[in-house]
Amino acid sequence: MSELSLAQQNFLLTQKKHKRTVTVSRLCIFILFLAVWEGAARLELIDSFIFSSPSKVFLCAYGMILDRTLFLHIGITLFETIASFLLVLFFALAITILLWLNKGLSETLEPYLVILNSLPKSALAPLLIVWLGATYNTIILTGISVAIFGSILSLYTSFQSTDPEKIKLIYTMGGQKYHVLTKVILPSNIPSLFSIMKVNIGLCLVGVIIGEFIASRQGLGYLIIYGSQVLS
Amino acid sequence: MENMEKLMEINHVGYSYHTMQGETPALSNINFTVYKGDFLAIVGPSGCGKSTLLSLLSGLLEPEHGSIFLSNAKLTQKGNGSMGYMLQHDHLFEWRTIEKNVLLGLEIQKKLTPETKEMVLDMLKTYGLYKFKDARPSQLSGGMRQRAALIRTLALKPEILLLDEPFSALDYQTRLTVGDDIGAIIKKEEKTAILVTHDLSEAISLANRVLVLSKRPATIQKIVDIAFPNNISALERRNSPEFKDYFNQIWKELNDNE
Repeated sequence: MSELSLAQQNFLLTQKKHKRTVTVSRLCIFILFLAVWEGAARLELIDSFIFSSPSKVFLCAYGMILDRTLFLHIGITLFETIASFLLVLFFALAITILLWLNKGLSETLEPYLVILNSLPKSALAPLLIVWLGATYNTIILTGISVAIFGSILSLYTSFQSTDPEKIKLIYTMGGQKYHVLTKVILPSNIPSLFSIMKVNIGLCLVGVIIGEFIASRQGLGYLIIYGSQVLS
Repeated sequence: MENMEKLMEINHVGYSYHTMQGETPALSNINFTVYKGDFLAIVGPSGCGKSTLLSLLSGLLEPEHGSIFLSNAKLTQKGNGSMGYMLQHDHLFEWRTIEKNVLLGLEIQKKLTPETKEMVLDMLKTYGLYKFKDARPSQLSGGMRQRAALIRTLALKPEILLLDEPFSALDYQTRLTVGDDIGAIIKKEEKTAILVTHDLSEAISLANRVLVLSKRPATIQKIVDIAFPNNISALERRNSPEFKDYFNQIWKELNDNE
C-alpha cells in the first residue's frame, strides 16, 4: 500500500475522533439517566414504590434469570412476535400482488382497507380472545391485525409508484403482466419492502403485548400486567 | 427507392387519446412506407404525437383508424419480436448487472440459450462493454449505458429498431459521440431504424429520410430525402456543406405550419 498523505491521515484521525465522541456521548447519556433515576429514588424525590429504581429492577431481573422465568417469558413473546411478523410479511405481499394484478379489485377495496387500518386494533383483541380462546394463535392474530392493513396500503402505494417507463420497457420486449411483476415491480420495491418490515417488527411486538395483556399466562405482556397489579 | 424491399406500410393511421375531459386527436391520416435498411427520422413540434406514432408502430397501441402492415402481415398488438424499442432513458435495472440487463429481453421471451447468450456476450465484446459485464449500471458513463441499452434491444434480433429520443437525456457532448456511435452500430448490424427526435441536426446527421409532422393532430407535412456521400459518419455529416441546406429546408417546413 502506498504511503498516505498527511492530509489524508489528518482526515482519518478527525473522523475517528468524531466517531469516538459520539460513542462516548451515547454511553454518558445512558449512565446519567440511570444515575439520576437511582439518585432521585434514594433521595425520595420520586416515589420508588411507583417508579422503582435501577437497582431494584436489576435485582428483580437477576432473580428471574436465576429461576429462568425471564427467559421463558422473553422466548414466548419473541416467538409470537416473529410468527406474526412473518405471517404479516407473507399475507401483505400476497394481497398486495393480488390488488396490483386487479385494478378493479383494488379500487373497490381501498376504502375498506383505510377503515380497517384506522380501526383501533387493541379494541379488537378482547373480541378475538372470546372468539378464538386464549391461545398462542389468538395472540399471534392480534399481532397480525395491528400491522397488516398498514403494510398492504404502503406496499400498494409503492407498487403504484414504480416507474411506468420501466414497465413499458418490459412490454416493448414482448413481456406480459407476469414479467412486469417479477422483473420490475418486485425487485424495484425491495427497498420499500425492507422499510415496511422495519416498522412491522415494532408493530407486531405492540400487538403481541396487547394480546398478552388481556389473556395469557406467559410472555412479557403478562409480566407487565402482573407486575403493575402487584406493584413490584 | 422502388427497387427496395418494402418492410412496413402505414396506411391512413389515426389515433386519439380519450379521457373523462374529452377526446384529444393525436394523429390523423398518416401514410408512409419503410424500406429495408432505411434510417427514418421523425421530427415535429413538441407534443405533436411523435411518441404516439412510435407506440403504434411498435404494436404497444392499436391504431383507431387505418392499419399497419409489417412484411405484408397486419401488425398484432403484443409480443412482436420483430420490433426493437429503445426508450428515452436507458432504464437499465440497478438490481441487475450489465450482463443480466442485456439478457433481460431473451429471458422474457424464453429465448435464453447458451447460443443466444454467447451472441450477446460477443456483442458486449464488440462494443467494448465486456469488461463491465459484472458492473452495475450506475458504474457506467451515460454513453456506455446507452450502448448497453442498444445491445439489450439488439439481443432480440429485431428487424426494425424504434428509437424514441434515445439521446435526449445525455449532455450535448456525449450526445454527439453517442449519436455517432449508435448510428455506426445500427449501420454495421444492417438494421432498419425509425428515430423520433426533436433535434433537427440529429435527424439529418443520422437519417436517409426525414418525416416532418405537423402540429396536433399530426399529419405528414413533408418527407425530405437526405443524400450524403456514402458511408460517412454522423459527425462528418454535420461538417458537410449540404448539412446546413437540409437544416434550413426542414426548419422552414416546421415553421410553415405554425
